[in-house]
Amino acid sequence: MANSTEEAKKHMLNAIGAATVDELFEQIPDEHITTRQFGLPEPLASEVELKRHLTGVLGKNEHCEDNISFLGGGTWQHHVPAICDEIWTRSEFLTSVWGTGSSDLGRNQAWFEFASQLGELVGMEFVGLPVYSWGAAVGHSMRMSTRMTGRGRILVPALMDPQRLDVARTYAGFPEQEGHIEIAYVGYDQATGRLDLADLVSRLDDDVAAVYFENPGYLGVIEDQAAEIARMARAAGAETIVGVDPTSLGVIVPPSDYGADIAVGTTQPLGIHMNGGGGVGGFIATRDEERYAREYPTLQVSLTDTTQEGERAFGLALFQQSSYGSREDGKDWTGNSVYLWAIANAAYMSVLGPSGFEELGGAILRRSHYAAKRIAAVPGVSVPWPTGFFKEFVVRFDETGPPVAEINRRLRGHGIFGGRDLSRDFPDLGQSALYCVTEVHSRADIDRLTTALEEVTR
Amino acid sequence: MTTNGLRKYHAAVWDEPLVMEMGRTGRRGQLFPVDEPELDAVVGDTSDLVPESLRRGRPADLPEMSEPEVLRHYLHLSQEVLGMMGISLFGTCTMKYNPRVTEALTRQPFVAETHPDQDVETLQGTLGVIHGLDRMLRELTGMDQFVFQPGGGADAAFLHATVTRAYHEARGDLARRREIITTAQAHPCNPATAAAAGFEVITLPLEEEGYASVEALRAAASERTAALMVNNPDDIGIYNPHIKEWVDIVHSVGGLCFYDTANFNGVMGRIRARELGFDACMMMLHKTFGAPKAGGGPAVGAYGCSEKLAPYLTAPVVVKGDDGAFAIEVPEHAGSTQVREYLGNIPVIIKAYSWLRALGAAGVKEAADLSLLANNYMETRLLQIPGVSKGLSHLDEYRMEMTRYSLGELTEETGVTTVDVANRMVDYGVDAFWMSHEPWFIPEPFTPEAGEMWSVEDLDYWIDVIAAICEEARTDPELVKTAPHNQPIHRVVGSGLDDPDRWATTWRAYRRKNGLEG
Repeated sequence: MANSTEEAKKHMLNAIGAATVDELFEQIPDEHITTRQFGLPEPLASEVELKRHLTGVLGKNEHCEDNISFLGGGTWQHHVPAICDEIWTRSEFLTSVWGTGSSDLGRNQAWFEFASQLGELVGMEFVGLPVYSWGAAVGHSMRMSTRMTGRGRILVPALMDPQRLDVARTYAGFPEQEGHIEIAYVGYDQATGRLDLADLVSRLDDDVAAVYFENPGYLGVIEDQAAEIARMARAAGAETIVGVDPTSLGVIVPPSDYGADIAVGTTQPLGIHMNGGGGVGGFIATRDEERYAREYPTLQVSLTDTTQEGERAFGLALFQQSSYGSREDGKDWTGNSVYLWAIANAAYMSVLGPSGFEELGGAILRRSHYAAKRIAAVPGVSVPWPTGFFKEFVVRFDETGPPVAEINRRLRGHGIFGGRDLSRDFPDLGQSALYCVTEVHSRADIDRLTTALEEVTR
Repeated sequence: MTTNGLRKYHAAVWDEPLVMEMGRTGRRGQLFPVDEPELDAVVGDTSDLVPESLRRGRPADLPEMSEPEVLRHYLHLSQEVLGMMGISLFGTCTMKYNPRVTEALTRQPFVAETHPDQDVETLQGTLGVIHGLDRMLRELTGMDQFVFQPGGGADAAFLHATVTRAYHEARGDLARRREIITTAQAHPCNPATAAAAGFEVITLPLEEEGYASVEALRAAASERTAALMVNNPDDIGIYNPHIKEWVDIVHSVGGLCFYDTANFNGVMGRIRARELGFDACMMMLHKTFGAPKAGGGPAVGAYGCSEKLAPYLTAPVVVKGDDGAFAIEVPEHAGSTQVREYLGNIPVIIKAYSWLRALGAAGVKEAADLSLLANNYMETRLLQIPGVSKGLSHLDEYRMEMTRYSLGELTEETGVTTVDVANRMVDYGVDAFWMSHEPWFIPEPFTPEAGEMWSVEDLDYWIDVIAAICEEARTDPELVKTAPHNQPIHRVVGSGLDDPDRWATTWRAYRRKNGLEG
């Protein structure tokens, strides 16, 4: 701290005309001031000591580069192009706050490029700056749809990420309150893992504000009835909200093609490290229609003008409807989010380009299907939905001796993090795990997994 | 040197096209394996792996660029951001140095390449840091439990609103407890999150003493009160000395009290939220605790609460076992106060932990001392500038870690407004000041916050810039009114931002609305 020298302190006190620093706290009544001797650890004032301490503590972690990890389900291991890190770590981006539109031009342009490119992937023309997470995006989009329709119920798939669902439920509130949103669950077809359309029909009535589904679903299943679901929702006067994984959109059609009104999803796979779950981010995108635009809770960057004819600038569209503009009368609320990640996302999308996304999707499809086939060949192990999935798939271990938890424990001895244990959250699926395979998994990695599985499932 | 003795400065001007306007057909930036006959032999043709009706035929209209082109493009954009390259005293955000040692460490695979669902045995480092920070924040605030799930201060305020909801619901009292009380000086996120959580908002107005009166609170508090959500000190630099009485009043009618500790920097080591009676508080790890502002996150609003409210937290909590090993406890009754997935923004948590470990208790208190010293030092100099006055100037006690000023006199005299001054500041390589959250009580406001990290010379320079601009406002007002002049573009006008025929949040929308398709 530059001013911790006695000279600086004296200089400032003299200028102020105060004798002691304590005088400056005169507004605080004495009885508010704590007498506690704080029990904080002794300071590690030098960088060398601090770094040694942190490295010692954090070095106790194991990670997905020195193990082979098949964990996904909300945070996914993808290749992060080196330039993504090079770009977001620039001090100019890292330390920026809210200056003027002129002095923040570059960052605002990068944000606009995030929204523009994401819009191309999902086929939507109106895109907000990112929200905290996919779950937050679901929560906000639900609330947008209830405000738009004046209805109070949202249908969601029974097979939904439990954490994402918990966030959505938190955004929904309690029945005792006005404006509470009821969440109802649509079952799935046990043979395919897709949405049960008969169940959907039975639940669609004129209280339903929106039908939310995911493509691919939480358990990896590609929802090929998507157009039919959207058609049914529209016929019932409900909005269609679709959650998507953007890494699938080089090989799967954008949600706008099959009738989505609102697209939401994750930004983490777009060039952000997993960060122990601290890489999450979410997005909301719609058609550029006032009906939707005027319900956005986010900040959104628009192209606009300057005092110089023809000069391009960026400004915040519809700022007044945000909580910054209108406090409790705004649309939900906004605040710090994951705007730095949006810059890394923009770099990721532009360095991949259309062919990169197509190749990425293809590599994920090939590797994940290869893994599913190989795993299904392990005695006692089965893959209930062996086709029509992207990146993730369910593996059942009911016929093996040990349960999933024990299998995963044994796999760690082979340097492998097995798929996420589903047995607690989805008891209907028995002893199941969700395996995630991406472009980072080589054939050799997958073969190593299957060899290990043969051993540890016995 | 310029004529007024300030340093010469001009921002980089790259006239950079949009990335969507760049590239050439067929150009590539990242390649992925495509020719994999050994996999094909097992899985067949890749395109058959997606159901036919959902296969993407038309590629996404993204730019086609080589990697160096992408890198240079974004480096150019980074150079067109002022950030903390100059001096940024952006009030309410506590702009301080972000130690690069933790920036570097959190990019290592032992942080960056960890998955949140790894077995806890493989995440002992991360969990140890979370646990350690929890304990240190408990010590600083007196709270009994911290969680780090909220992705920012507003998200922590939302968490509090949902905890309030869960608390009253569990007591069968939610239908009656429909109101949350806040003040006009509270950050907009408090009333906004209260409303989003289903509450009606009562906003107490600012009064003569610089805060809402005890009488106003007493009149507002009732059996309908669910909670009070306030900051103290506020952004004007005023500390409400009756805050304990406030808490008592709200408690006496059965409401909960939330301390938005956004302005903690000036009271660190002196004030403990729990000792004042608050049930919960929030700490901004991305400002007060040294993690970067990042243009608006990734951030963490660490939420701390008392034993009474801890049972209503549904976020996972890190606990330490008797054997010294850390574990994650997931509450059974999930889904009512879960504001985000996972444990929180781990890198930000590590940065805050590191900041506290580097400073220790004495360092934290000294940081608060220096932030008040710096703010009041600035005040003596700023008030010597003709045209600058202190907001609520009848209150002459020393302000806390920031002061809100008014340029109202300058505007009356010269027509130059606070927005003009902000736009002129950046011509000197100094980031624009924060003016004020809504509502504006003080005419032509600006709110610098010095914090503890900026040197006296930096503060002097910042003040010199304000003085020079006030002088310019008198000698050449047009110069200020048409600023900036040393930035990559002229002043942003922002026409059409609320016009559905003109706003464009994507390049595709812009092209359609401006007839540029094809």
